[in-house]
Amino acid sequence: MAQEVVGLKAQLKEKENDIAALKKKLAQLEKSHTSALELRERVTPLTPLKAKAALCNEDIMRYSRQLLLPELGVKGQLNLSKTSVLVVGCGGLGCPLAQYLAAAGIGRLGLLDYDEVELSNLHRQVLHGEENQGQAKALSAANAVRRLNSTVECVPYHLQLSPENALQLIQQYPASQSSAYIYNVPTRYLVNDACVLSGKPLVSASALRMDGQLTVYNYCGGPCYRCLYPVPPPPETVTNCSDGGVLGVVPGIMGCFQALEVLKIASGQRSSCSQQLVMFDAQDARFRSIKLRPKQASCAVCGENPIVTRLVDYETFCGSAATDKCRRLNLLPRDQRITVQDYKSIMDKAEPHLLLDVRPLVEVDICHLPISLNIPLSSLEERKSEHIQLLQERISQLKQQMAGDRHPPVYVICKMGNDSQTAVQVLEKLSGSEVDSISLKDICGGLMAWSRKIDPTFPQY
Amino acid sequence: MAASVAIQLEFGGGAELLFNGVKEHHVTLPSQTEPWDMKQLLVWIQRNLLKERPELFVQGDSVRPGILVLINDADWELMGELDYQLQDQDNIVFISTLHGG
Repeated sequence: MAQEVVGLKAQLKEKENDIAALKKKLAQLEKSHTSALELRERVTPLTPLKAKAALCNEDIMRYSRQLLLPELGVKGQLNLSKTSVLVVGCGGLGCPLAQYLAAAGIGRLGLLDYDEVELSNLHRQVLHGEENQGQAKALSAANAVRRLNSTVECVPYHLQLSPENALQLIQQYPASQSSAYIYNVPTRYLVNDACVLSGKPLVSASALRMDGQLTVYNYCGGPCYRCLYPVPPPPETVTNCSDGGVLGVVPGIMGCFQALEVLKIASGQRSSCSQQLVMFDAQDARFRSIKLRPKQASCAVCGENPIVTRLVDYETFCGSAATDKCRRLNLLPRDQRITVQDYKSIMDKAEPHLLLDVRPLVEVDICHLPISLNIPLSSLEERKSEHIQLLQERISQLKQQMAGDRHPPVYVICKMGNDSQTAVQVLEKLSGSEVDSISLKDICGGLMAWSRKIDPTFPQY
Repeated sequence: MAASVAIQLEFGGGAELLFNGVKEHHVTLPSQTEPWDMKQLLVWIQRNLLKERPELFVQGDSVRPGILVLINDADWELMGELDYQLQDQDNIVFISTLHGG
């Protein structure tokens, strides 16, 4: 009898444990289901961020090492939890920025990017992994951020910022600032104007090659982006990461710097980067801070008599497109350009010709077609004598292979088919004077088109 | 007659690429009747340092939009821009604004 009671009690205890385990599992599943991240394709209203009255024990443990700082303390930590930050762009700067803001316990993070993750992003956009290729960057970043700190509310936006949606979006981040890293010039003016019109500070940074820059705009009476740059730069003077290259850690450092300034502002300390330009030279490992001009009374958007009182057409204003993608030039008439398919058949028929690759040496080292002669566009523009001589030698050799008086054909190639057109124009001037007369054509789409359409084993970069 | 002025020129943010990748240049501007100002310096740079593609550096008689000029670590707007009179040992920096990330 007593033994039976003990046995039943043990069985009952076991069942109770099972039930408790099942309940726990159910609760976890329900929790993760309700909080599954919703990728937003357009701007929709957000519920107001709930203000925390006090830190819970878990918060105290999680943030203990920063709570010990008198500069932050409990008050600063609570301020962070009340702050919403919009991160414009989830790339080389946006990734470390979002990561450190989330780790530090920011309240809400809007993560905006119109692009998808590509293999060539991973060297610098460190929140995305190999398995995220093809996924929306905003979603990939939001998932990574949530693994780090599930108490931060993440709002991923897969859309392009435009004059139609920018104000509505930025106004939804009321407690705080927009923090932006922005690749292209029109988007810089757009974000600046939207921040000025809605009264938000803009923590802005950029990085290219081995250089970084950071400024906090529209903050504590300081200048906005337009105060400094009332006129946009000519489009042909602007280089992006896919043209100029960038060492991944450089935007990493600048993104961390942005996170620092956002955290200072959000926690109630001041940023010292208003009316300052911080420049980072990665080559010389040197930071430098420059005092900028104050807010300009004549500024078109934040001045005394603003002309820009609502968002305008920024692509027209800047004369360039609001994407990070490469420009396509059309400098040459159609009959002076051939396709990669045309060139393939010239090669197959072994027609005598010269293939001139005008990319810089650093790119030729990455990949090239075996028969090509490399003379960089810059050498042609500078008319470097050793290169002109080399070109003339190859033209003479070609002439010997050809019958008749026909001008030897020279096909010019580069990465995308932009520089090759400029090179044809430069060579036109040399033809018949500094070198023998030649017949010049460029190859549309360049080596990247060759890789896509003719030889898939040829690398893309 | 104003004496010659020795100054340091620096190019950064990609602007150095217009000067063979050389970031720092120590130059001496010859003595002339008028004192040297920034406007004359830009002309001097074009004639003596900048060999190719001047449109990437200057526009009209000033620098092109998107290049920030610093005189002794301060925005040149605070110093009188083109009218600033160069002093011996001045440090003039030309920074191209970056648009990447």
